[in-house]
Amino acid sequence: MTMTDTSPLIEATGLVVRRGGNVALQEVDFTISRGEIVTIVGPNGSGKSTLLRTLIGAIRPSAGHIRRAPGLRIGYVPQSLHIEPGLPLSVARFLALPRPQPADRIAEALNRAGLPDLHDRRMTELSGGQFQRVLLARALLERPDILMLDEPTQGLDQRGSADFYRQIEEVRSELGCAVVMVSHELHVVMSASDRVICLNGHVCCSGAPDVVATAPEYRALFGTGTKGALALYRHTHDHAHDHDHPQPDHHHEDHAI
Amino acid sequence: MLDDFMIRAALAGIGTALAAAPLGCFVVWRRMAYFGDATAHAAILGVALALALEMPIFGGVLVAALAMGLTVSALSGHGFATDTLLGVLAHSALAFGLVAVSFLSGVRVDLMGYLFGDILAVSVADLAVIWGGAAAILILISRRWSALLTSTVSPDLAIASGIDPRRAQYVLTLALALTIAIAIKVVGALLISALLVIPAATARSLARSPESMAMLAAGLGSLTTLGGLALSYQLDTPTGPSIVCVAAVLFVLSLTAAAARR
Repeated sequence: MTMTDTSPLIEATGLVVRRGGNVALQEVDFTISRGEIVTIVGPNGSGKSTLLRTLIGAIRPSAGHIRRAPGLRIGYVPQSLHIEPGLPLSVARFLALPRPQPADRIAEALNRAGLPDLHDRRMTELSGGQFQRVLLARALLERPDILMLDEPTQGLDQRGSADFYRQIEEVRSELGCAVVMVSHELHVVMSASDRVICLNGHVCCSGAPDVVATAPEYRALFGTGTKGALALYRHTHDHAHDHDHPQPDHHHEDHAI
Repeated sequence: MLDDFMIRAALAGIGTALAAAPLGCFVVWRRMAYFGDATAHAAILGVALALALEMPIFGGVLVAALAMGLTVSALSGHGFATDTLLGVLAHSALAFGLVAVSFLSGVRVDLMGYLFGDILAVSVADLAVIWGGAAAILILISRRWSALLTSTVSPDLAIASGIDPRRAQYVLTLALALTIAIAIKVVGALLISALLVIPAATARSLARSPESMAMLAAGLGSLTTLGGLALSYQLDTPTGPSIVCVAAVLFVLSLTAAAARR
């Protein structure tokens, strides 16, 4: 992976976001360069989605600056998307929003997403996994410089999300686009990332995945703070990928689920 | 040909139906039916304004509907549930409008005509306003169709693609105010929402794409107007309500057709 192009695609400094009287983000800095995969992790309500939506421009920060590279093309995959049942929208029509796309590019996008037969299927009739892959296919049709994914594997089973992440890595190496991902599936995500940002209203720690995984701030957040599922993921992750590192302390909660 | 009042009525109805169809689809997709209602009720306030200032009814209604639409757009999301807000504004606007009209002493106002429409009294000048307004609405919506549709599917997806969804809201508010201003003569302030929502809801169970739904709604709306006119002529019933009755019957038939197809 090349990190030689030094001008960042998005550079945010000192972001402060207030939502309904509460401070959702406090003095957050964020930078991403071409081709990087950055994962944002953090417990529920830690401002992960808020940060992503602020970087896109959907939320106006009350302080701080965001600089996007001129002409930056963003491919955004939201956490969830409700399509009004009264809106007759086929998969092909959805893929051509907002810009019309040639039929062969739509067919190619569907093939790549592994959904060649769903061209005329209504969006409201898709399964959760199919829907996520259509969202990704649409984001890729715009040939983005940066792909922004908000918990893209929510509702997918282990196998489904592993496939999804494999596809993201393929896409990155094919298109050379940067990827920002919000997730709590730490065991899968962290191994695929160049950089991990651990968020809890502010940036707790950030860096290479193995550095963050052993950082005390990270373990304070995921080891004891959220007990169940998150700790279990770390547990799995440690066994799967960190054989040559010393095992971190296991709390009893880690085994609770 | 335009000398015949029935011909003028039919042309007025079709012009209104064509303008209302694509807008009505957005009203259905964005769940704005109540929003349309509130804006339409403000039309009576606009009528009072126009009569008091001796300006054309079209202008008064347009201003009042636009003001109401922008007020609701600005207030929603500031602590009030939108349907509560709309409930307050819709009926207040109607009540203030009715009271305001009653103050206009010396002016003999046919209130029924503004509440339920007076399509049989459409003049050639009215026709020009209706078709001019309809053309403006159709041009406005078709030129921004893709951005409007993307903003409707998801404001965040629109923003990521460089589209401002607030702009879509303004475009639709403007189109809605224009539609109300041209439709008040045809079906009246109380029934305008019906002309927006019912043809679109009827097309919904038959259409396969957003575009075909808008076109189907336009066809159904025109058919509805002609059917309502014929019904009113045959049975000597009030025309505006007759049009809405036909629309409602077509809606029920479309549900039956959709159920039979499954």
